[in-house]
Amino acid sequence: MADQTLPIGGALDVTPHDEAQKGTFLEWLHGWVITVDHKRLGILYVTFALFFLLVAGLEALAIRVQLAMPNNHFVSPELYNRLFTMHGTTMIFLVGMPILFGFANYIVPLQIGARDMAFPRLNAFSFWLTAFGGLLLYWSFVGGFGLFGAGTAPDVGWFAYAPLTERAFSIGHAMDYWAVALIISGWGTLGTAINIVATTVSMRCKGMTLMRMPLFTWLMLVVSALTLVTITPLTAAQIMLMIDRYLGGHFFDTQAGGSAVVWMHFFWIFGHPEVYVLALPAFGIASEIIPVFSRKAIFGYPAMVAASAGIGFVSLGVWAHHMFTVGMNGPTTAFFVLSTMLVGIPTGIKIFNWTATLIGGKIWFATPMLFCLGFLIQFLIAGLTGIMLACAPWDWQLHNSYFVVAHFHYVLVGGIVFNIFAAIYYWFPKATGKMLSETLGKWHFWLFLLGFHLTFDTMHIPGILGMPRHIYTYEADRGWGVYNFIETIGAFVQAIAVLIFVYNIVISLMKGQDAGSDPWDAWTLEWAVPSPPPSYNFVVDPVVNSRRPLWDLKHPEDPDWKYE
Amino acid sequence: QTITTNTDSFSPASKPAHEIFGLAIFALAITGGIFVVVAAAMFYAVIRYRRRKDDDGSEPPQIFGSVQIEIAWTVIPIIIVVVLFLTSARLIFAIKDAPRPKSALNITVVGHQFWWEIRYPGLGIITANEIHVPVSTKADPQPTYIKLLSADVVHSFWVPQLAGKTDAIPNHVNETWIEPTHTGIYKGQCSQFCGAEHAKMLLRVYVDTPAQFEAWVKQQQQPAVEDPAVAAGREVFMHNACMNCHEIRGTEATGRFGPDLTHVASRDTLASGSVMNNPANLRQWIENPDYFKPGVLMPAMHLSSQQLDQVTAYLDTLH
Amino acid sequence: MHNPAEEKEWRLPSRGLAAMVSLIIGETALFSIFVVAYVFYMGKSISGPQPSQVLELPIFMTICLWSSSLTIVLAERAIEHGKMKVFSLFWGLTILLGAIFLGGTAMEWHKLIYHDGLTISTNLFGTTFYSLVGLHASHVIVGLIMLLIVFFFSLTGRLQPKHAYQIKTLALYWHFVDAVWVVVFTVVYLVGR
Ligand code: HEA
Ligand code: HEA
Ligand code: HEC
Ligand code: CUA
Ligand SMILES: [Cu+2]
Repeated sequence: MADQTLPIGGALDVTPHDEAQKGTFLEWLHGWVITVDHKRLGILYVTFALFFLLVAGLEALAIRVQLAMPNNHFVSPELYNRLFTMHGTTMIFLVGMPILFGFANYIVPLQIGARDMAFPRLNAFSFWLTAFGGLLLYWSFVGGFGLFGAGTAPDVGWFAYAPLTERAFSIGHAMDYWAVALIISGWGTLGTAINIVATTVSMRCKGMTLMRMPLFTWLMLVVSALTLVTITPLTAAQIMLMIDRYLGGHFFDTQAGGSAVVWMHFFWIFGHPEVYVLALPAFGIASEIIPVFSRKAIFGYPAMVAASAGIGFVSLGVWAHHMFTVGMNGPTTAFFVLSTMLVGIPTGIKIFNWTATLIGGKIWFATPMLFCLGFLIQFLIAGLTGIMLACAPWDWQLHNSYFVVAHFHYVLVGGIVFNIFAAIYYWFPKATGKMLSETLGKWHFWLFLLGFHLTFDTMHIPGILGMPRHIYTYEADRGWGVYNFIETIGAFVQAIAVLIFVYNIVISLMKGQDAGSDPWDAWTLEWAVPSPPPSYNFVVDPVVNSRRPLWDLKHPEDPDWKYE
Repeated sequence: QTITTNTDSFSPASKPAHEIFGLAIFALAITGGIFVVVAAAMFYAVIRYRRRKDDDGSEPPQIFGSVQIEIAWTVIPIIIVVVLFLTSARLIFAIKDAPRPKSALNITVVGHQFWWEIRYPGLGIITANEIHVPVSTKADPQPTYIKLLSADVVHSFWVPQLAGKTDAIPNHVNETWIEPTHTGIYKGQCSQFCGAEHAKMLLRVYVDTPAQFEAWVKQQQQPAVEDPAVAAGREVFMHNACMNCHEIRGTEATGRFGPDLTHVASRDTLASGSVMNNPANLRQWIENPDYFKPGVLMPAMHLSSQQLDQVTAYLDTLH
Repeated sequence: MHNPAEEKEWRLPSRGLAAMVSLIIGETALFSIFVVAYVFYMGKSISGPQPSQVLELPIFMTICLWSSSLTIVLAERAIEHGKMKVFSLFWGLTILLGAIFLGGTAMEWHKLIYHDGLTISTNLFGTTFYSLVGLHASHVIVGLIMLLIVFFFSLTGRLQPKHAYQIKTLALYWHFVDAVWVVVFTVVYLVGR
């Protein structure tokens, strides 16, 4: 595609913009620290999150080594408890959310033809809050009790059930690090969510009606709205916890009439929608990539939008499916069974529409597409195990067993991480101007696929065989050993794949192929500007007439706006 | 008695676990069916519509959607959801509202950081970590109702072959029931993270024949054995902090923080299933509880080697 | 090329408004959790004092706070019509009313702590009461600080009629704070007493 024929802003820009900012290392660094450019902040978010992916992945490896064999002594019980708490907390708060908000930061303004986010400075502030929260959380390894003990990271699980978190049972500062770090990064998240809502609502270019917004942007709008009412309850509950711990309050103090169950409700009122906060952007990524690599418009765009909003809505009313075993009465349990299963319907609609997009297309198996296809089938399985968990009586068996761990890694890794990788392969050329190596990409994909299935397919079995989660060791006679050993091997295969990925990024940054503005022959506005885009994105404010503005330009004989 | 070496929720030996297994198979069949259909469609699409070598570079026909199809794949899942929901709901009520026969045995289980206190209020028995219940037969149905409490944090009571799990929550009373149909020893364990030694908060249920159960009850109702031969050990126990945390009925030891030791020697395991109960392990346990269970709430008492031998010998007589 | 979009006028909601509405939605969720906690723990304290023994209806300060919603609307009107003097007057009045409300809370707390011996750690009532009312009061404080900043600009003449839109957005926050008090007042002083 010759850019020059595209009457959309950016095409006129010929100066590769980073050239203009040569300087000393310190100036370069300073530039990144003070930046308010949504693209740079997006890159910062993604880099930050990838770093923590390695850290939390390393923690996962330690967990897996410890569990590889019965009665193993690789780490102490105390350290094990810290490892899974930090692994879960990091993966959710410092990997999942920042990376997806990072993509949103980079992509949303470009996709809607805006020059930046609605509030660039708030954007920078939010990022630094998140970053500070992350560092504070990890400082607990060093700080904690003070420097006397070898440091105390939180050790109560990512859902931190009270009253284990109260002063009486968690002395020291581990819980304080957990609560304060997450309150701070929560403010950052809130700021970004507000920013994304304002951006999508108020910054769209001319002609970009809501029903013409690319699906990724749509999903980010839904996610951000969902975040507003999701992250705040967690903040509220954590404030209560801190009131208990420092001011002698009794919210969760069961000795003084407080309730442990109330914490569970508050946490899962946050925790359940939270997993959709992670899932929906991943859906958005799939909704961008699958059409482009099938060479077809997305099937059923209005249904996709409606289903996304529906998922966001219904997900607010299902939280107690994490609490089927706390002794709720029959009708309440039945209600949450029904509401939980209902989420399967809009999710099914999405899966079917993606599949229908494939049908009749000409599928191009580039790396982004491979990861998306992996996501598609894995998410199907993960969703179905979710439905099994939603059958409350069966959940009384499966709850807090490795079956649940298998379910959620199937969604979080098999669904979300796969799509995160897809997104990086897809948008890396836009952000850097260089292609990632396809050969290394395929190695990465196939190894990660293999490792993923070794680990997480296997994991369902010990769950059914009665293996609870959060245990640092188990007896040999239970018959869980073999499965755990296979899982550990799988984790290491995943680690090799991740190392290849890191290598791919480094090597491609140095000598990757030039990407050009539109390497995938795609249809949304971000591909109309050079790679990397100039700091003002568009020279002229673009005007769009359909959901696929670049398709209209590339196919003037058959533009989309005729059909909409 | 056969010790089941596994904790397989798919080989149930008691009433609610049986029904749950049935639901599991039903749900697996339905979701399996969905999987086969949808996955087949995906594989078909990916293989059939891959870009061929001889592709001419033209774009395929653009199809934007179809309302009829959208309706179809909304309605069919709705029907499936309704079916799954009704089946689950039926079982929820069947288990939660099961009629409670007069003959039922009532016990109370209290979760502690990291062990289980077990009380038989009607029988005046207090023990720990190993629950004895009678088997239930058609002729003589004998369900056991278990009241669940917690002394500190949230625990969860789970013996997969007998029933699903139920949490033991402080300041909140829960109840569950089992009706085992086969004798044997069934293992379970705490399944809600409760602190450092959550992993070793194991649990055993002994399903006895009525005769065995009666004998066990008789024996547990006795006060502690007084054997003059181990008076030295008894002295050690009573003159150390042991007595502040442990109860031995019939003696001045009335502590409630740790397990009741009145009949400790009649139990097969120590420290909530961490190790088998034999004199060597018992001695090692008292010398340094952290050896078997790092992070346990019983401190090492720094007894001399001789005192250790004596107290071990004493506890070993408490059948 | 034919561009169907070009013919139509293109207007979108302002980003300030969008952001403020988002913030308010988030804050609503935050308050909801505290309100739910308050309601859930109502009557569950195992020791005294109980709300009925120590709480008095804070009628005066409530009237002050709610009337400040009225004065701020009048201030908005004034700036829209370019009457900056009137604006400053009503804006100042709003701040005054808010401050009276805060003073009322301070006196109430003083009485509760020193006279009735109710602190945040006394019982569940103390914990939930001080948290909920305190959370609201902290929002009043933040609101007052923002109002004061604007007041400062209006006194120094930096505030222009063209800022009417920003003023409206800020006023929205103040209305929210007032609206929360409706809920808190009902739950704490009417239902919970
Ligand atoms: C991104 C993350 C994500 C996503 C998307 C989901 C999606 C779902 N989850 Fe999962 N879940 C987690 C992350 C996620 N989950 C996590 C992290 C936990 C554990 C937290 C912890 O304890 O630490 C958890 C735990 C969890 C539990 C609690 C288990 C327990 O602790 O006892 C339950 C129970 O109902 C559940 C159910 C579901 C359901 C029904 C869905 C549905 O949304 C799935 C819907 C999808 C489909 C159903 C497939 C596609 C649909 C069709 C092909 C249509 C036809 C289908 C039907 C008609 C059924 N999840
Ligand atoms: C997005 C979320 C996410 C992701 C991606 C993962 C990824 C993985 N997780 Fe985790 N996990 C959670 C979220 C996630 N997890 C949550 C929420 C919990 C619950 C916590 C709790 O209960 O409190 C959990 C719990 C959990 C457990 C249960 C612990 C327990 O209950 O006792 C296990 C056990 O196997 C596990 C394993 C793994 C493995 C093997 C991976 C692998 O996929 C990881 C693959 C990645 C790597 C292997 C990285 C490679 C790194 C390197 C190669 C190192 C190089 C490094 C440097 C040079 C610095 N996870
Ligand atoms: C501070 C309280 C405390 C003191 C003092 C104490 N114990 Fe314990 N003891 C416990 C607790 C708590 C457990 C349960 C540990 C577990 O399983 O997690 C326990 C468990 C035991 C058990 C295993 C019981 C069983 O059924 O599994 C024995 C035996 C025992 N203690 C003996 C002793 C002796 C002998 C002494 C004194 C030398 C002693 N204890 C002192 C708290 C104490
Ligand atoms: Cu008790 Cu885990
Ligand atoms: Cu959930």
